[in-house]
Amino acid sequence: MAEVLVLVDHAGGKIRKATAELLTIARRLGEPSAVFIGPNAETAQVTLAKYGAHKVYVYDAPDALEYLVAPQAEILASVVEKTSPLAVLIPSNSAGKEIAARLAVRTESGVITDAVDVVAGAEGVETTQSVFAGSYTVKATVTKGAAIVAVKPNSVPIEPAPAAGAVEKIEVTLSDAAKAAKITESKPKAATGRPELTEASIVVSGGRGTGGDFGPVEEFADSLGAAVGASRAAVDAGWYPHSNQVGQTGKQVSPQLYVAAGISGAIQHRAGMQTSKTIIAINKDEEAPIFELVDFGVVGDLFTVLPQATEAVKKAKA
Amino acid sequence: MNIVVCVKYVPDAQSDRTFNEADNTTDREGVEGLLSEIDEYAVEEALKLAESGEGEVTVVTVGPDQAVDAVKKALQMGADKAVHVSDEAIHGSDAAATSLILAEAIKKAAGGSNPDLVLMGMSSTDGVMGVVPAMVAERLGLPQVTYASELTLEGESVTIRRDGDAASETIVSSLPALVSVTDQINEPRYPSFKGIMAAKKKPVDTWTLADLGVDAGQVGLDAAWTKVTSFAKRPPREQGQIVTDEGDGGTKLAEFLSAQKFL
Ligand SMILES: Cc1cc2nc3c(=O)[nH]c(=O)nc-3n(C[C@H](O)[C@H](O)[C@H](O)COP(=O)(O)OP(=O)(O)OC[C@H]3O[C@@H](n4cnc5c(N)ncnc54)[C@H](O)[C@@H]3O)c2cc1C
Ligand SMILES: Cc1cc2nc3c(=O)[nH]c(=O)nc-3n(C[C@H](O)[C@H](O)[C@H](O)COP(=O)(O)OP(=O)(O)OC[C@H]3O[C@@H](n4cnc5c(N)ncnc54)[C@H](O)[C@@H]3O)c2cc1C
Repeated sequence: MAEVLVLVDHAGGKIRKATAELLTIARRLGEPSAVFIGPNAETAQVTLAKYGAHKVYVYDAPDALEYLVAPQAEILASVVEKTSPLAVLIPSNSAGKEIAARLAVRTESGVITDAVDVVAGAEGVETTQSVFAGSYTVKATVTKGAAIVAVKPNSVPIEPAPAAGAVEKIEVTLSDAAKAAKITESKPKAATGRPELTEASIVVSGGRGTGGDFGPVEEFADSLGAAVGASRAAVDAGWYPHSNQVGQTGKQVSPQLYVAAGISGAIQHRAGMQTSKTIIAINKDEEAPIFELVDFGVVGDLFTVLPQATEAVKKAKA
Repeated sequence: MNIVVCVKYVPDAQSDRTFNEADNTTDREGVEGLLSEIDEYAVEEALKLAESGEGEVTVVTVGPDQAVDAVKKALQMGADKAVHVSDEAIHGSDAAATSLILAEAIKKAAGGSNPDLVLMGMSSTDGVMGVVPAMVAERLGLPQVTYASELTLEGESVTIRRDGDAASETIVSSLPALVSVTDQINEPRYPSFKGIMAAKKKPVDTWTLADLGVDAGQVGLDAAWTKVTSFAKRPPREQGQIVTDEGDGGTKLAEFLSAQKFL
């Protein structure tokens, strides 16, 4: 069976959910192998095997992650050259897409980003993308080289499928060119204890309507175990970090449930949340465009509606 | 300092964007187009850098006839000169082919070698792939310094800050380099009346693939490494239930969540 490579997304060896999703998808196409770059491969190997990795290619020299994406693309390219895989699956986040981009040029292979589904079709690997702010669904295939596909998180339910997970070390000498853009400082963000925005199955976002008080938004989010997002207006005002911005220039999220509180629904915001399965809005203005998208909407003040909903949710869960 | 900014002409997101039935490519002619919003931030950053020292700003676009509007807007903002790469054969190009054309155009615009700095937007507003900067960097052998929300130049090096998920990072690279910017980096200026008038006299070079020495067989729909096999308009989301809060809006919201099995 053809080999399908999955680039592992992890934090210090701890596998992100997106990786398990990619392994689940890879099994539909062929035999999954994981490519792991970074420290603590032993920890990762256990999880990767559990989700179906037959092989785990490991590059654990410390240099790869000290620079922006180029070294990772070189390492992955060397595995592609060695294994001639049918497809390479990569998480569709900003770094993943750039690794996919460089890999595509290097190996002369077609690349598709932001896929929400990947199947083995009549013409090979067939992807589904949701484009133009979710208004069109596009199916595409790769016609040259390995199919390099960046897949969005939350695209499939994960299924364990234990496999060998045999470790194979990768030896690559990184080029000087790949080591040109060096990360000289990294200030970690304070952990919030909430799920990661793009992986969360529920996202509660606040906008300008919060007036800078995200308290009710956070409390409602916590009652649901949700991640917290923000509109650009709220981010620009300095009320919430940019890494929590949802939209065209922020994160593209596709959770089971998206709640927009005090957000008008500008096209750039929609671009980041329109593919959510269920959408709820709370807005004072019944004419707000966000209401065009909702499954359920409350015309009202978020400062009274959200606390009441929070109490009711807590009661229902107790 | 020689700065090249890549700007894309995109269908207006406020209009009804669609595809051509005949070949599944993006309709770039039947809809209003404009300079991709995020590229305005790249132009602004280039202008600021040029204004703070010696520098010339060249803007480059690859696209159909109307795409010249994108570079004209950049000239009105204050860029010095523009290049429009236009050729029938480019229609339907994928990201890899686009990056090939851009890489050649950047080199030619800078007189045959890499300019000191190439600036791009973090992603376009139509394809939104966020891959072209990395691809062009790979092709030109330039360090790639992407998603800049702050940029400083010091002597022969460029430093950016980027706002990652887990950390705020500082990245340093030597020049020449390719930088992509986010919409956090600055506030783009509006073209002034003077700028609009001045732009009329600024040079816009139109280049074909032959001018760039790119073989037409390497680009366009037939040479693309990816193929759109079908597209379908999603039925518009049907508006659900809207209630007006009369003291029980929160309770009703929780009831909806419960009925939908979210609790
Ligand atoms: C290049 C570019 C990129 C962009 N990228 C993004 C992006 O990634 N994400 C993004 O979100 N935006 C983005 N924008 C900005 C976007 O155009 C909007 O300006 C922004 O989304 C507005 O945020 P908002 O809905 O919070 O604010 P507003 O549009 O001001 O809406 C606030 C809403 O809150 C309601 N409200 C006020 N008080 C209350 C209350 N007490 N209770 C309930 N409702 C209340 C109001 O009725 C109103 O509908 C981008 C813009 C540009 C030009
Ligand atoms: C809905 C949609 C989906 C697509 N999916 C795919 C796909 O999966 N695979 C694929 O290979 N192609 C795809 N394409 C084609 C691809 O978008 C174009 O080839 C495009 O030129 C490059 O991608 P982008 O617009 O997403 O650029 P991005 O990588 O998002 O652009 C980043 C920056 O690069 C610069 N830039 C990009 N294009 C140009 C240009 N023409 N002229 C000047 N500067 C430019 C700008 O500075 C821009 O801000 C898709 C197009 C659309 C409209």
